[in-house]
Amino acid sequence: MTQLTERAPRPVLAAGREAVTLRGVTKRYAGPRGALALDGIDLAIQRGEFVCVVGASGCGKSTLLNLVSGLDEATSGEICVEGRPAFMFQEHALMPWLSVLDNVALPMRLAGRTRADRQDAAREFLAAVHLAEWSDRRPHELSGGMRQRVALARTLAMEASVLLMDEPFGALDAMTRDLLHDELESIWGARGLTIVFVTHNVREAVRLADRVVLLSSRPGRVVEEFGVDLPRPRRFEDPAVTAASGDITAALRAEVARHGV
Amino acid sequence: MASDTVLATEIRGLDTLETHVDGVSLGSRLWHGIAPKVVAVAIVLGLWEGVVLLGLKPEYVLPSPAQALSEFARQLGLSTFWHAVAVTVTRGVAGFTIASVIGLALGILVSRSRFLRSAIGSLITGLQTMPSIAWFPLAILLFQLSEMAILFVILIGAVPSIANGVISGVDYVPPTLVRAGRNLGASGLAMYRHVVLPAALPSVVSGLKQGWAFAWRSLLAGELIVAIANRPSLGAYLSNSRELGDPAYMIAIMIAILLIGVLVDTVFTVVDTAIRRGRGVLVG
Repeated sequence: MTQLTERAPRPVLAAGREAVTLRGVTKRYAGPRGALALDGIDLAIQRGEFVCVVGASGCGKSTLLNLVSGLDEATSGEICVEGRPAFMFQEHALMPWLSVLDNVALPMRLAGRTRADRQDAAREFLAAVHLAEWSDRRPHELSGGMRQRVALARTLAMEASVLLMDEPFGALDAMTRDLLHDELESIWGARGLTIVFVTHNVREAVRLADRVVLLSSRPGRVVEEFGVDLPRPRRFEDPAVTAASGDITAALRAEVARHGV
Repeated sequence: MASDTVLATEIRGLDTLETHVDGVSLGSRLWHGIAPKVVAVAIVLGLWEGVVLLGLKPEYVLPSPAQALSEFARQLGLSTFWHAVAVTVTRGVAGFTIASVIGLALGILVSRSRFLRSAIGSLITGLQTMPSIAWFPLAILLFQLSEMAILFVILIGAVPSIANGVISGVDYVPPTLVRAGRNLGASGLAMYRHVVLPAALPSVVSGLKQGWAFAWRSLLAGELIVAIANRPSLGAYLSNSRELGDPAYMIAIMIAILLIGVLVDTVFTVVDTAIRRGRGVLVG
């Protein structure tokens, strides 16, 4: 693991309990010409750690999350996850026929909690993403960034300890994305979540992560891991974030160039 | 937590800037809904009057709009007319209700099972293209001149449309919603109840609307062909009016049939519009 700064690792990590563990995970898609998406992935993510996975197109970033979430099955290898992880998609995937409040309450409804109980809880999760006064609206009445925050509140409402995020801010404008980074960072800190965050944006990864995992493309393999030990809260435009991004981008480019030979 | 308050204020500012409220007043919506229909009716009446004035057909074959409308107004005051309306509408509603139950159940069943889909999926679409009147000879052989014969043809006409509405609705449920539902903890029946069926609802409603149109057409065809003794109905009156050679009466009954069809269609349109507006897929 390459350490980008001289600081000591965060003490949270030293607690030493793993929330997500992958051992030799391989995924080959079905069919005679089934592509090998992931090849022998070994990855251990500590409880409370914020890990970003970056890589060029075709590196199987999304496949990795699908496997960890259980939405898809690995061809071989072993995956251990603490509890049932919550998944946040690139599209908000909110139910258009439900109000904002009912969307956030849906996972609790599916878990069989009573109406009053789940609505109270949903209001609290909405307050956590600063959307308390929008609870009666429908998703289509909100902006893109607000919908993603409702989706985040719904993800929190699953009360999972592990959060899987698949480029959740990829489609947002820079200003909105910056604010959502701040919001996510503060929620992650306050709730002690473990987050696996997939992105193709190296700078976003450095802005958020304790550790950045670089995947190769076709098939996806772990090329290198970078510890990011910059003080929080960070800013997207911090020079230190820019500097750390430079190293990872260079490695990513080298990886992309390998396919151009 | 000063930095958190700053963040909250920034976020609230952005939310305010990015959302806007616009609304159209009820009055203007009503005006835009009704005015074009009034114009359309006026055009039709005008063309009709024009044809009558040209004298292409004698008056005992083609009455003027004024004659037909005054006959319609007279019918509105007769209990025999309302009796016939009641019989026809009751048949229509009963047939449509039974068709809905069968069509919805069949649609869910076929959409859930790969085997059923390949077995009878194309059969359902095929049935839809069959003109319902072509079923009457068989229906009369099977059930004689009875209510059952009419009901049979209504069902054959309406069930495929309703089932198809469900099937295509389920087919076009966005896969992301299903994936999200699965991650949120829905599976089996809960997935259907909380994700698949609500997502398919607009298509189900348009299937029901089309099913009603087929049921109504089959019903009137049936009433023209299957005359049941001592049972007044709009179809039977229509048939009578031809035998009596009373075109004003005939057109008055036709107006009643048209109005009932339009009225029910309007109900479906209102429901459909409400659903689509609630989901933000309808502008205005």
